[in-house]
Amino acid sequence: MLDDFMVRASLAGIGVALAAAPLGCFVVWRRMAYFGEATAHAALLGISLSLLFEFSIFAGALLVSLSMASLVTFGQGRSLFLDTLLGVAGHMSMAAGLIIVSFISGVRIELMAYLIGDILAVSKTDILLIWLGLGLVLLLLIWRWSALLLCTLNEDLAAASGLKPKRESFVLTIALAVVVAVGIKVVGVLLIISMLIIPAASARSLGSTPEKMALFACLIGVLSAIFGLNASYVFDTPTGPSIVSVASLIFLATLIFTFIKNRFLINRGNKSRDSNYG
Amino acid sequence: MLIEVQNLCVGYGNKNVLQDINLSLRKNEIVTIVGPNGSGKTTLFKSIIGSAPISSGKVVISPDLKIGYVPQVLNIDRSLPLTVKRFLSLANNQNKKESLSAEKVLESDELLFKQISTLSGGQLQRVLLARALVNNPDVLLLDEATQGLDQPGSASFYRKIEEIRNDTGCAILMISHDLHVVMSASNRVICLNGHICCQGEPRTVASSPEYKALFGPNVDGTLALYQHNYNNNHNQIER
Repeated sequence: MLDDFMVRASLAGIGVALAAAPLGCFVVWRRMAYFGEATAHAALLGISLSLLFEFSIFAGALLVSLSMASLVTFGQGRSLFLDTLLGVAGHMSMAAGLIIVSFISGVRIELMAYLIGDILAVSKTDILLIWLGLGLVLLLLIWRWSALLLCTLNEDLAAASGLKPKRESFVLTIALAVVVAVGIKVVGVLLIISMLIIPAASARSLGSTPEKMALFACLIGVLSAIFGLNASYVFDTPTGPSIVSVASLIFLATLIFTFIKNRFLINRGNKSRDSNYG
Repeated sequence: MLIEVQNLCVGYGNKNVLQDINLSLRKNEIVTIVGPNGSGKTTLFKSIIGSAPISSGKVVISPDLKIGYVPQVLNIDRSLPLTVKRFLSLANNQNKKESLSAEKVLESDELLFKQISTLSGGQLQRVLLARALVNNPDVLLLDEATQGLDQPGSASFYRKIEEIRNDTGCAILMISHDLHVVMSASNRVICLNGHICCQGEPRTVASSPEYKALFGPNVDGTLALYQHNYNNNHNQIER
């Protein structure tokens, strides 16, 4: 069964979608989208280093995104221009990565695969790594779920309950680095952030609690992966961008759904503010 | 002794926000901290819950002390859907019996299924207080909890606080700007301005020159509500 490339691609896509969606909710709630993007871009340095020294691309990406993310997590509060620093560090790494790649002969053509993913080429080892990553991310999130939520709501409330907000946000940092690393094969460093935030953004209007929103995000992520993959097969389009396009279409659909629901409920004079954008 | 702050200094960067603070809180006490903006009131709270950079001194908290904290503001990102019920259940280590008390404090079931982001200021205040009480705390920390409430609203809020103290025996440490309420409801008042200017019974603090220096001569009017026979010659001469 795993010899069929479509089956392998589906398994890889679903794995990444399931890991990215619940983490993406935190990225949205904590407004970490730019942080995620800079981290993902920085991963290109890891990829180029692993190509240069011939070790696992997964390990290279994980290493760089992890160090980038921890740098920011621990630098938080010490600098006033965190956003700017993030942009500098992220894009400096990406530029360095692109330059290194240009020195390696024969890789330049492959570069596109790391930027937007090459899901049809995933190996059995890749699938194993993706699902191991998925397991780790879900374990971390489920284990720290309430603590993370409380820290997201208000760090002082969390501290008063005996939590250490910094330690909790490091959990998210690790999870983010893992998702970036496993997502490279599927959607690439340029698009991985969209697998995080688009399903979460679409799920916002569907769930009334954080947990429901996260579950809806998982569902939307998986649907995007499956339909995007098939669309790319049928229309012969690049797979990563197709998956992201399907996710974006779902996002638009939920926007329209919310809009119509609100109109309908407001016209009937109902309490419409309970389950929408407020 | 529930909380004891010893020679505490807190600084952000090179700036010292709190200097040489000594403070203790016992069971059943209502202690109020007053002070102008930027005097370090919230920072003092943060050092008690362990989220401020303490540069010297220490905060001793009795073992297994449960702290109920009501923050000054709760800005919930609109991207986060959260019902009141789920918010109340986010308190640590709660059991079923205790979760009833949250609903009792809320005094309504209709709020439970509302989204936090749609609550009015008064409703949010009730929810935050209920959240702080869910664990049966030994100490309640209230950071300007009546901000955004009208006069009857804050009056009933303080009545509720006193009720809670009488029912559960928990100590209450609060930051407040309602000077006349402070004077009538507290056992002790601490006047803070980077350091402790003066502290003691409301009556003592109100008549201290340090207090007047901080809040200006106009506090006389407010105090009259509390202390009819209050008279201060220095102040009259200044006028």
